[in-house]
Amino acid sequence: MTRPVLEVRGLRKTYGTGEATVHALRGVSLLVERGDYVAVMGSSGSGKSTLMNILGALDGPGSGTYLLDGVDVSRLADRQLALARNRLIGFIFQAFNLIPRTSALANVELPLAYAGVRPRQRRERAMAALALVGLADRARHEPNQLSGGQQQRVAVARALVTEPALLLADEPTGNLDTRSTADVLEVFDQLSAAGRTIVLITHEPEVGDRAKRLIRLVDGRIVTDVRQSPLDRVPVGARPGRPGR
Amino acid sequence: MSFAEVLRFALRGLAANKLRSALTMLGILIGVAAVILLVAVGNGSAQAINERIEALGTNTVTVMSAGRGGSTGPALTEPVADALADPQLAPDVAAVSPVVSAAATLTFAGADHDVNQFVGTTASWFASSNTPVGSGSAFTADDEAQGRRVVVLGRTVAEELFPRADPVGQQVTVGGALFTVTGVLAPKSSTGFQDGNDTAVAPLAAVRQVVTGYGALTSILVRAKSPDRVDAVQAQVATILNQRLAVAAGATAPYRIQNASQLLATQTETADTFTTLLGAVAAISLLVGGIGITNIMLVTVTERTREIGIRKALGAPRRVILTQFLIEATLLSVLGGALGVAAALAGSSFSIVGVQPVIVPSSVGLALGVSIAIGLFFGGLPAARAARLRPIDALRYE
Repeated sequence: MTRPVLEVRGLRKTYGTGEATVHALRGVSLLVERGDYVAVMGSSGSGKSTLMNILGALDGPGSGTYLLDGVDVSRLADRQLALARNRLIGFIFQAFNLIPRTSALANVELPLAYAGVRPRQRRERAMAALALVGLADRARHEPNQLSGGQQQRVAVARALVTEPALLLADEPTGNLDTRSTADVLEVFDQLSAAGRTIVLITHEPEVGDRAKRLIRLVDGRIVTDVRQSPLDRVPVGARPGRPGR
Repeated sequence: MSFAEVLRFALRGLAANKLRSALTMLGILIGVAAVILLVAVGNGSAQAINERIEALGTNTVTVMSAGRGGSTGPALTEPVADALADPQLAPDVAAVSPVVSAAATLTFAGADHDVNQFVGTTASWFASSNTPVGSGSAFTADDEAQGRRVVVLGRTVAEELFPRADPVGQQVTVGGALFTVTGVLAPKSSTGFQDGNDTAVAPLAAVRQVVTGYGALTSILVRAKSPDRVDAVQAQVATILNQRLAVAAGATAPYRIQNASQLLATQTETADTFTTLLGAVAAISLLVGGIGITNIMLVTVTERTREIGIRKALGAPRRVILTQFLIEATLLSVLGGALGVAAALAGSSFSIVGVQPVIVPSSVGLALGVSIAIGLFFGGLPAARAARLRPIDALRYE
């Protein structure tokens, strides 16, 4: 067995002090293997967003250890954290968070630019990523010229363009209608089929049902952890014969 | 990530927000141009006032006889006047004009007019006494040497004798002799109770022959090479006169020297007042311009805190973000500042509320320097703060 992509032990996180203290996470331990497709579900306030932000290295862990691809993230300095976010993690936000007034292609190129990839190669890889999410013909469009579903697919392309070890998605379908949700989930299925490791959080059961593994979070603790389909199998929803890259 | 790459990012950032970039530059432009123009207008009016004071004749010294009509002691004579034009002993003297004057009656075609001051002098007097000729021409050194009877009339005299006709070329009678009118003086502002326009000027030799006789000179008008050499000229003139007139040390001099030191003092005072005023104007406009620049820079960067969060989440190192925002702030400040200087230079070629602005070079440097410094500081500081935030805090920033 190879080393896990993600390993969290005894993660705790509190906000505020004194009587106003909020325990967002009360000791979460989690191990995610390469190629897994994990959905984290929970009601609002269950701490799933906090967990996601810590996993994405956007927020510091309160206490406990977080190993990302074998690297202890809590010990990294700012420079190395930037490097980890760039190379190891692809983050997809609920609100898309594309840079406004900047073309889809330039948005997807951005992480590659920070990784120091040459412009020519950058363009090719960004175009390939956009083709993968089915938006090659929208490369020149700016975010406000794209629908919500298309914007989220651009965000997915941006997250996977650096070939990160881990794709994290924070309610990726939360702001989308049913059709766009289906489009985006199909992209996730393909990526999983291609062997990507994906962790997403959601509160929609139909999103959680498609994952290989479903974790339920209540009040900052994991209450159930169910494997829905084998790790090495294509997830339920993915169409065979159309593999990703 | 190379610097050229970051530079391209910064340019793309500016181009992506054309309106905001333009407004920021406009703010800086107005700040810089306002400072430069205000100081230029102040400077221009100071110079205009100085010129007006100088027009009153701040650079001349008048030597007058102290005694009563030369009856006692040595008098001011033409050789004495000539001795003052000595490049060795009096290097700061630009011109010497001996002057005789007396009251006289001018007659033309039955009309007559009494002139208080019928002045006989040399051609250099017109320049020294700041009395330009309005129409026609002044008499020349040649007219003076030949003793020709020509005259330049003051405005009042010309209007009295020639109510309708052009006086130039006509002949007026003075003391039984005919004088040809060659010109009319430009109108002069009257000082005190005397009408400065009620005068007539003719060559020294002619006036002596016809009106005053060959006695002592009334006065000698000495022009200094520049207003600040007047005191030196006064000393040089005194030295020569003491020698020529054989004044014993300690004895009362038979002459007195009047100079325009009072006017000079006024001029200096005016200049000082204006310097203070300019300083205040520059300080206030810099403050106002600076606040404008501060405001727009803070808004611009704060508005982009979320963008900084996104960039950090994608793995942008702090240094790269900071460099990008500093380059953007630099470009905006420098471009806006340069356009501001251009606008001020263009604006200074027009006269503003009757004042022709004169650019003070140091104000350009000061306005540009302060604006760029403020732009960099208030563009860079919030960007540095945002780049130091954890991505999640920057993303949540509203």
